[in-house]
Amino acid sequence: MNHDTYPDNYIRGILNSVKSIAMVGASPVNVRPSYFAFKYLAERGYDMIPVNPGYVGKSLLGKPFVASLADVGRPIDMIDIFRNSSHIMPVVEEALRLSPLPKVIWMQLGARDDAAAAKAEAVGIKVVMNRCPKIEYGRLSSEISWMGVNSRTLSAKRAPMPTQGMRLSLNRMSVGGGQTAASDRVAKNKTETT
Amino acid sequence: MTDRLPGFSTLAVHAGAQPDPTTGARATPIYQTTSFVFNDADHAASLFGLQSFGNIYTRIGNPTNAVLEERVAALEGGTAALAVASGHAAQVVVLQQLMKPGDEIIAARKLYGGSINQFTHAFKSFGWNVAWADPDEIESFERAVTPHTKAIFIESIANPAGSVTDIEAIAAVARKAGVPLIVDNTLATPYLIKPIDHGADIVVHSLTKFLGGHGNSLGGIIVDAGTFDWSKDNKYPMLSEPRPEYHGIKIQETFGNFAFAIACRVLGLRDLGPALSPFNAFMILTGIETLPLRMQKHCDNAKAVAEFLAGHPAVASVNYAGLPGDKYNNLARKYAPKGAGAVFTFSLKGGYDAGVSLVSNLQLFSHLANVGDTRSLVIHPASTTHSQLDDAAKIKSGAAPDVVRLSIGIEDKDDLITDLDQALRA
Ligand SMILES: Cc1ncc(COP(=O)(O)O)c(C=O)c1O
Repeated sequence: MNHDTYPDNYIRGILNSVKSIAMVGASPVNVRPSYFAFKYLAERGYDMIPVNPGYVGKSLLGKPFVASLADVGRPIDMIDIFRNSSHIMPVVEEALRLSPLPKVIWMQLGARDDAAAAKAEAVGIKVVMNRCPKIEYGRLSSEISWMGVNSRTLSAKRAPMPTQGMRLSLNRMSVGGGQTAASDRVAKNKTETT
Repeated sequence: MTDRLPGFSTLAVHAGAQPDPTTGARATPIYQTTSFVFNDADHAASLFGLQSFGNIYTRIGNPTNAVLEERVAALEGGTAALAVASGHAAQVVVLQQLMKPGDEIIAARKLYGGSINQFTHAFKSFGWNVAWADPDEIESFERAVTPHTKAIFIESIANPAGSVTDIEAIAAVARKAGVPLIVDNTLATPYLIKPIDHGADIVVHSLTKFLGGHGNSLGGIIVDAGTFDWSKDNKYPMLSEPRPEYHGIKIQETFGNFAFAIACRVLGLRDLGPALSPFNAFMILTGIETLPLRMQKHCDNAKAVAEFLAGHPAVASVNYAGLPGDKYNNLARKYAPKGAGAVFTFSLKGGYDAGVSLVSNLQLFSHLANVGDTRSLVIHPASTTHSQLDDAAKIKSGAAPDVVRLSIGIEDKDDLITDLDQALRA
């Protein structure tokens, strides 16, 4: 894999297939990029697992922190590493000891370790480096276009509804007057004349 | 969609726009609203905290404006853009992210007269100092660099004389100095020149000109190339340091290669306030759809008119970079092979008086202070756009007293030539 530029289909394939994401270096401090990304991905339906030995016993948006990848205790589809480049290799080595192996190892914006990437790719793990999954999700869903960002995608198809679509809504304010509808009056007149 | 990069004309029509999810509307709707409802308190908080992407209030962002932003970012090859109320607003918002009182910007002496005013007077009152350099002498940029320099500012094709700037040479000076290169690409548009390909870190436009293209709407835009590392030293604290207005977020760390555009939005536009009307954004978007067609016609017409004037007995000289032998012809061939733009100047043998009578004799050319309209335009810069400069500065910026500026429209070129001919003879 060329790690300088990724085809959109590679990134899209990853974000469409993974379900659980362990975020190594997740922070409960709500101005840290890891917190933003964690929250955003959780809201998009990913099963998020915060990994940070410094916060064991606490939780992040209701998800308990675990100290290490080995402590997660269930299969993980993707590991998102929020550490800088010099701390990548030990995390990847730990990931390679997991069974089953993760399908994807993702290194955050600014983080890149080509040797660690090569080790993971050698056992069939997909690797993304120096990207943010929140930004990529926002870009490929074109949600990020609201911020004037170049999504580098085009489409002539109707955009998906941002929510679940129109639903019968029970919490609309009623203004009354419905009983004077013409059909009601017709029906009423009928009974009156017969 | 595959990863094949679409062509310029396809981007000009499609980038940023998608049929409306609610109604299926194919043209971009005008979201003429001040504000947007939140789903709940948590959603509101996460939008205000920059944790979610979304709309809050039209001073900070608007869905119609966002289509324009993505469209121009795509055409320029940038990572993101921010639309604002005018070209001048774009310049203030950009520099507010970079400059503190006592800092310096190096600016090309050949700039739109309004920009020269803005830099000299308005920016001086902010404590931002400008060092002028001559784009015809690259060393003058190098000499102007000091420890206080925060940016270099040039026009790709300069107003009024249509001179072409050696962007790559000046980009090299900026890189060496460790400061971003800002290029005002108004007169070239990305159809003719893409400054980011030549080393620009930030591109600004007056959308009022060729991008809108129809002389009906003011607008400006800032494009982030995503190329500059704002955090490598502590020169750019707006991007590299925790921002108190957002609970300590560091903008570059959080937004990566589109951090500059975000800073312009959430620190610049939000607080300074020059928001673009969604209606103007719609008009400008519609204009951009035909940019490639119009720009080529503008350039072809301009070349024909320049050639005609160069051969006219009443004309002393023509400054059009598209003419062989022009001082800037080599730079035009390198940077703008499709055409040297449609704004240029010429001087008359009859001097100032001949210029004044030419303007009044013209029938098709409108006498007004704008460029980049579908209609052909004429003005005498020395008494209008550049009138606040002294004579020496007028000459240096290409607006000597005997100079007339044309902005050639997309009419039939023979009609333009016939009109000029009768006006020069009258
Ligand atoms: C090259 C250039 N830059 C900036 C501007 C300023 O733009 P606006 O009038 O949209 O503020 C102009 C306007 O004439 C211009 O020609």
